Amino acid sequence: MGRLQKIFDHKTTGVLNVYFTAGYPTIDSTVKLMETLQEAGVDIIELGMPYSDPLADGPVIQESSSIALKNGMSISVLFSQLKDFRKNIQTPVILMGYMNPVLQYGFEKFCKEAAAVGIDGLILPDLPPFEFESSYGKIIKDCELDFIFLVTPETSVDRVKLLDNLSSGFLYAVSSSSTTGKEKNMSDVVAYVDRLKSYQLKNPIMVGFGIKDKTTFDMLNGHANGGIIGSAFIKALDSANDYSLSASSFIRSILT
Amino acid sequence: MNNTYTSPDVHGYYGDFGGAFIPEMLYQNVEQLQHNYLEIYNDPSFQKEYHALLKDYVGRPTPLFFAERLSKKYNTGIYLKREDLCHTGAHKINNTIGQILLALRLGKTRIIAETGAGQHGVATATVCALKGLECIVYMGEKDIKRQAPNVARMKMLGAKVIPATSGSKTLKDATNEAIRDWINNPVDTHYIIGSVVGPHPYPDMVAKFQSVISKEMRDQLNAVIGNPLPTRVIACVGGGSNAAGAFYHFLDEPSVEIVAVEAAGHGVNSGQSAATTQLGVPGILHGSKSIVMQTIDGQVVEPHSISAGLDYPGIGPIHANLFASKRGKFLSATDEEAMKSAFEVSKLEGIIPALETAHAFAVLNDLKMKPDEVSVICLSGRGDKDLATYMDAMNEQ
Repeated sequence: MGRLQKIFDHKTTGVLNVYFTAGYPTIDSTVKLMETLQEAGVDIIELGMPYSDPLADGPVIQESSSIALKNGMSISVLFSQLKDFRKNIQTPVILMGYMNPVLQYGFEKFCKEAAAVGIDGLILPDLPPFEFESSYGKIIKDCELDFIFLVTPETSVDRVKLLDNLSSGFLYAVSSSSTTGKEKNMSDVVAYVDRLKSYQLKNPIMVGFGIKDKTTFDMLNGHANGGIIGSAFIKALDSANDYSLSASSFIRSILT
Repeated sequence: MNNTYTSPDVHGYYGDFGGAFIPEMLYQNVEQLQHNYLEIYNDPSFQKEYHALLKDYVGRPTPLFFAERLSKKYNTGIYLKREDLCHTGAHKINNTIGQILLALRLGKTRIIAETGAGQHGVATATVCALKGLECIVYMGEKDIKRQAPNVARMKMLGAKVIPATSGSKTLKDATNEAIRDWINNPVDTHYIIGSVVGPHPYPDMVAKFQSVISKEMRDQLNAVIGNPLPTRVIACVGGGSNAAGAFYHFLDEPSVEIVAVEAAGHGVNSGQSAATTQLGVPGILHGSKSIVMQTIDGQVVEPHSISAGLDYPGIGPIHANLFASKRGKFLSATDEEAMKSAFEVSKLEGIIPALETAHAFAVLNDLKMKPDEVSVICLSGRGDKDLATYMDAMNEQ
């Protein structure tokens, strides 16, 4: 059984997934932050692979990406940093990024190496289902990696079912059609999640975009299986000198 | 795969290039276009409205002019397709007229666009004023500074110009910001992309709206030389919208040589260039698979060209396919060569071309044209917007 599936078997609501950009705030912070997040009680770690043109992301994540790139982060650097991380970290880890750097690295090579270091799943927002089904999906599955598709409030029922069917691990519900880091109306978000749940999907539902603090995270309780925090966490790192300390105090503010 | 050089398959592929690599947040908007654009485009009432505006508002057909002194100099036959005489001074408006009519039929009330040199921004602001729609143009902070007259034009036409402050603060980033705006406004907004780039169906849609250029060329050549087919067609390529329009109705005519001229900047291997097919490798940029200038790690690099309109690290998938299949001949011209050509065309023909266009003229020496051959150059835009650069060049001499 995969690490992601174990989390959701064990916990049906309140699953906390935290995103941060690899190589931010410093080139060496990646694994240290992962350890901090595990200690603080985060259930899933989503590691962003920085890209020069991150279309789905808002200014906060974009800025963290350009700093990470300036720090020298790349897929090959990241894999070398992740070589031994499974010795200390049992938390499921997902890589999130964009297609172009992955294609340059070599799609198959990327999947194989990700699986080899102990990555559990992938989120590639600009890999659409048509391309997934016609070529890339098989490579991902052969490497036994989970692949997580996004759905939005504008996604039709039939398409939600298609995307759910192609996904494994969980389904990523974008709280409204928008880039990351924008304000959301949480009661709309809850109603949207309840609608998704009524479709009786095979995957757990994790809500991202607009989840920023304890209040917004807790509002998902009993509705979604959990929430994904990205921009708010990056911002918390941004304003502090000791990133490990500020990371754990941010997570404490969510979980207590 | 059931595609030709001009038309992509149902998934938007020209050979190996194209497609729609978009996040789910854009799916509804893009799918709505994919589903409707051909039906709307082929609707006789749409065609009637579109062609009426091209005629009475844009001033089409644009002349096909025999460039006598230029022909004499190169000892061959050279014709100029005068897109510089279009309303707003470049071919860009052929596309914005088409897309604004399409947006209206889709019930959209808000228009967004990206612009580099400002020509597409001006053409978009113009049609928004014409149709009374809200217009937001994203433009790199750097470009806003170096293209002040076009920023003023857009503002006078009622558009809101928003600076793109991310990344390199130029066209690539303006495009990113426009796409983000579209993600955040999924219902009422239409995004008028200015070139044959972006996710399917944009490359095909923009190429179709620009194809009026080569359609007219055929009719005009037939009237003048008794043959609709020239020996070759030459156009400059950044994203490649004027080239797509000028090539379109000749691509499936094997006898016609297709010549695309990219901007080599300070020189192809200088590290300051925008010659995408020579420096790029297959990749994904702005929603489609094409040839992209990038680092070995897959980070998109900032190109350089003296002309802001060619300063783009990608190329439309239609052109990537022409390059890969060798249907098109891809050449390049440096900043200096383009500048020299701009002055040559001005003095020999009394036409001051845009700096982008000047690149197309810069390869005439390399083509070894014969006396009985007929070459058509797409004179995509006029040079008014580049006067400051031209004045600097004159002062240096």
